Amino acid sequence: MLFRVLVSQKHNQQNSLPLNLQKELCTIGWSPIANQQAITRQQVYFLQGHLTANQIEYLAQKLLCDPITEQFLFKQLPEPAPPLNADEWVVEVGYHAGVTDNTANQLLRAAEQINCPLTWCATAQRYTFRGYTAQQVQTISEKLLCNPIIQHWAWNQLPIQPYHPAALPSAPEIVPIRALDAEALLAVSAQRRLSLDLAEMQAIQSYYLALEREPSDAELETLAQTWSEHCVHKTFKALVQTTDGAAVDGLLKTYLRAATQAIQAPWVLSAFVDNAGVIDFTETHELSFKVETHNHPSAIEPFGGANTGLGGVIRDTLGVSHIPIACTDVLCFAPQNTPHAELPAGVLHPQQIAQGVIAGIEDYGNKMGLPTVNGAIYYDAGYLANPLVFCGSVGLAPKSARNGHCGAQVGDRIISIGGRTGRDGLRGATFSSMEMTADTGTVAGASVQIGDPITEKGTLEVIRLASTALQGAPIYHAITDCGAGGYSSAVGEMAAELGAVVTLETIRTKYPGLAAWELWLSEAQERLVLAVAPTQVAQLSEICNLYDVELTDLGYFSGDGILKVQHGQQIIVELSCNFLHNGIPRRTLPATRPPEPALQDKLPHYSPTELREWCLALLRHPNIASKENVVRVYDHEVGGATVLKPLVGVAQDGPADAAVLAPLLPTDWRGFALSAGLNPQIGKVNPYRMAFSAIDEAVRNAVAVGADPARIAILDNFCWGNPRNPERLGTLLATCEGCYTAALHYATPFISGKDSLNNEYLDNQGNRHAIPDTLLISAIGIVPDVRKSVSMDLKTPGNPLFLLGQTLPEFGGSHLAWLTADPALQNAPAPDLPASAPAVYRQLHQAMQNGWVAACHDLSEGGLAVTAAEMCIAARLGIQLQLERVHPEALVALFAESNGRLLVEVPAEHAAQFAASFDAAGNRAEHNLPCVQIGQVLAEPLLRTHLFEIPLAELLAEWKTPA
Amino acid sequence: MNPKALILHANGTNRDRDVAHALQLAGANPEIVHINQLRRAERQLADYHMLIAPGGFSYGDALGAGRLFALDLQTFFAEQVTAFVASGKPVLGICNGFQVLVKAGILPAGNFSATLTHNQRGHFECRWVHLLPQSSQCVWIRTGDAPLQCPVAHGEGRFVCEDAPALASQQQIALRYALPDGTPANGQYPANPNGSVLDIAGVCNPSGNVLGLMPHPENHIWLHQHPNWTRASANGLALSLFQNGVRYANQC
Repeated sequence: MLFRVLVSQKHNQQNSLPLNLQKELCTIGWSPIANQQAITRQQVYFLQGHLTANQIEYLAQKLLCDPITEQFLFKQLPEPAPPLNADEWVVEVGYHAGVTDNTANQLLRAAEQINCPLTWCATAQRYTFRGYTAQQVQTISEKLLCNPIIQHWAWNQLPIQPYHPAALPSAPEIVPIRALDAEALLAVSAQRRLSLDLAEMQAIQSYYLALEREPSDAELETLAQTWSEHCVHKTFKALVQTTDGAAVDGLLKTYLRAATQAIQAPWVLSAFVDNAGVIDFTETHELSFKVETHNHPSAIEPFGGANTGLGGVIRDTLGVSHIPIACTDVLCFAPQNTPHAELPAGVLHPQQIAQGVIAGIEDYGNKMGLPTVNGAIYYDAGYLANPLVFCGSVGLAPKSARNGHCGAQVGDRIISIGGRTGRDGLRGATFSSMEMTADTGTVAGASVQIGDPITEKGTLEVIRLASTALQGAPIYHAITDCGAGGYSSAVGEMAAELGAVVTLETIRTKYPGLAAWELWLSEAQERLVLAVAPTQVAQLSEICNLYDVELTDLGYFSGDGILKVQHGQQIIVELSCNFLHNGIPRRTLPATRPPEPALQDKLPHYSPTELREWCLALLRHPNIASKENVVRVYDHEVGGATVLKPLVGVAQDGPADAAVLAPLLPTDWRGFALSAGLNPQIGKVNPYRMAFSAIDEAVRNAVAVGADPARIAILDNFCWGNPRNPERLGTLLATCEGCYTAALHYATPFISGKDSLNNEYLDNQGNRHAIPDTLLISAIGIVPDVRKSVSMDLKTPGNPLFLLGQTLPEFGGSHLAWLTADPALQNAPAPDLPASAPAVYRQLHQAMQNGWVAACHDLSEGGLAVTAAEMCIAARLGIQLQLERVHPEALVALFAESNGRLLVEVPAEHAAQFAASFDAAGNRAEHNLPCVQIGQVLAEPLLRTHLFEIPLAELLAEWKTPA
Repeated sequence: MNPKALILHANGTNRDRDVAHALQLAGANPEIVHINQLRRAERQLADYHMLIAPGGFSYGDALGAGRLFALDLQTFFAEQVTAFVASGKPVLGICNGFQVLVKAGILPAGNFSATLTHNQRGHFECRWVHLLPQSSQCVWIRTGDAPLQCPVAHGEGRFVCEDAPALASQQQIALRYALPDGTPANGQYPANPNGSVLDIAGVCNPSGNVLGLMPHPENHIWLHQHPNWTRASANGLALSLFQNGVRYANQC
């Protein structure tokens, strides 16, 4: 029997969720309606089971309705929809069948617990509109309430059918390719969305010609996954041939790995080879850091995309047997005020994307119990169709855990733990045939990944125990995350040396009916794959039982070098591991170096009034304005280790340069700082120098809070357009060169990296729009004593302010150039790498250890003006600036974005020592370490220069109301 | 001997280790016990001197924060928990744990019906708050103590009670949100971060041995957790709450 239960707020209760919805109305260009009751929301549950009406009533009371604030109605279906009031419109929104519905899954479990077992259930939302036209309600439903990728909606009452999916044919399909010519091979690649080029298809053809058979569909999919850009980084490994005749033997090897090798930092414990980079922390513990992107999924389903992006990178941490302890997020969106008319077809509004992405990160991070402590939001029209979502995860582990990994051994069981397998993520590059199902809608809906953080939290608890269960060592030989490509990638990689026999029929599924190839390739979330000695499986299983985590034995590592996958009697994959992992032909890609920027050295002149106005305009620029509303929806306190928070100062609204965590309190005061650098504006004028700025910014932010500049490791994340375009590959090449130069300059090794290419949108006219070339540098730096870390808020009126670093008329790619759109500024040089910066950072760090630094804030977007304003805001104090001591031209002094600069408040009693120490260090280093007193802290709340004054209230008002 | 504290872990619990640190520092002997261990009788609730329902997102907050964890208590351990509470031993529910105690009917008890529902602003929020100790009969706090400071991190923390003033007169309002100067927040955001009636941040049962609160005192047990320790203006350490509980457990 099928029942429908409707739960609504009691009349005396505030209807808080629709209030949010009314805010969202702004995103489709409507101002919120004053009357709160204009839109109300109710919750709908569909319940199927052999239950009486009394039992349903009991279940609803017990599980579905809060008796204080809510009331419910129920009825047995089918029954006609209720009549509506004349001035009302009602719509209902539900998930497509097969989409992960965590609430419904918990309801199934709880119903069993109260002896009212259900055979199926689903949830939906019912919205009632008063005072709207039907057309308006339709627009709201289509644009705000329902994402057609995962949901559908209906007027008044959602027709719903219990989901009992039909079984797909399980027999592998044989795909003849041996006799095909080049054109036909490419057609196979395109039809099956394999994303393989001709050389790769030909390599596969030769392999099967030698085998004297044709491939199965599952084999082609396995090859396509293993050879995908995502898994093997074809572009970063390709031979790059430049138009000026040079050949680069792989960007990754030549620039990124090479930098790490040249720096030879003994504290780098693992770089580039594992799921995450690992550095030394204390005598007993190590730290790991990984940053991933989840761009395309976030563009089409922002909540699920960002949600599973964070879930995925957290599993990378577990994949090095580390326990996740903190998250980061850097987001790039189009301006939130983009007119709807400018949206290309099929593109969600940037405000909708931003809200969904932020909610997705909030949901996963908070529910995992991880503090999200560092991040940035960057707005540029170039991200309209391709938003970027960078999610980072930091892990901590005793050294014994990862050291216990010896790699899979012959005879080890292949064990999967965590979530069940469904049709999640089968459409993208892995969706092998549109003809696979009669019900395309069902499969398409089910193909989107929705996260289930509580299942992943279970796997975290399991790894916490299992990673140290054998005298501090893990009870498994190897572990990896099951991400893109599903088991095909995870098992395939782990079996690369040994070979494996995999049996698919043991896999636990979310619902019946999955075909063999679906089981093998599903990208269902929250799964980890482990290699476990047969004698240890029982103990692992016991740990899993404690946390209700499901464990599946998928087979064993065979030792014959063959990857063999079977389903019952059928063999669906039988591939040589050597071919699978080494058979991919190397690409040769042409690159055109970017032209040298044509520089101009004549700067515009602005009046004091104009300078004052630019100051305010910068403060309200969305890239600079307060992000407090976003930061506060993330828990940044859980774990109790957050010593320097993302928001600091008297009112806890000042933007910290970096977060500092002390994860071993109270036994150890050592900690680490997390920071980031991202400057796509500079990439537009000088991609080589974009790398300088990104690396300097990440390093300088970490140093600003107390990280030891000799102990900073960095991560690279490249998001680019199509690298087959030689000019685009040229900017990528230039940025990699810049990365190498800057990493060596600061002696900051890369420990991990990731690239996301082909971030382009093809419009209806056939024009390609690539995102701005975007390099994110994330830094993790050791803070030797967190009690000496420094926040950016001013402390004491009368204290002198010192500017470290040299200010030059470097405006290329600056935010002032962007705001003014003045070509004279945009064509000025982009910020260079300051020769003195490493020595300045070392000396600053020493000064912090001596207790000579009261506050410190870096100079970045908007230059000194913005830095000084933010320091005033954070302390609700003032600053007097002597601009002429910074640079003879006020414009340069205020707004230039030269690298290597920090504004430092020094306690008056230490000012002389502080200044002298930089002079002395400069003498030792035989070059000048720029350190000049340029002002002081004022009790009076205002930013004062000889040209203008801005009261604190005005700074605050502009900074808190983004344009 | 240090009192033994059982920290109950359900799937999705996440501040269990934070509160274990706090209890340890306060002199207790904490143990994190998964609900499955209690169900299998590998541990007995009666063997412990303190019971803690910690923060987190038990079962993902599905069907309302705390509801399914509360259902576990009611389904599997109703008698044991009732006996524990009745014996006068100290019980503490923090954030999700508070939601659990309220939805299981353990708080506020008496004849009150109350719930914790969505914040007035409709979303999760993490920020530091000031808490005024109010109840003279709650064993976890002492009236007259300086306000405690600690973070809130929740989306469903608005306390709703049809007869809140009576709750006050019966000394069951344990903690109220306050302004930095120590006066009640009077509903003012963000001092009262969620819109709770009468600025209620925590309530206790009529006998005062069970306390539930939305904020996280376990995240302010060291000076350097305070957001303004760099300004040398950190105070309101919340460790005292755990010390009071441990002291009381020792007398039980």
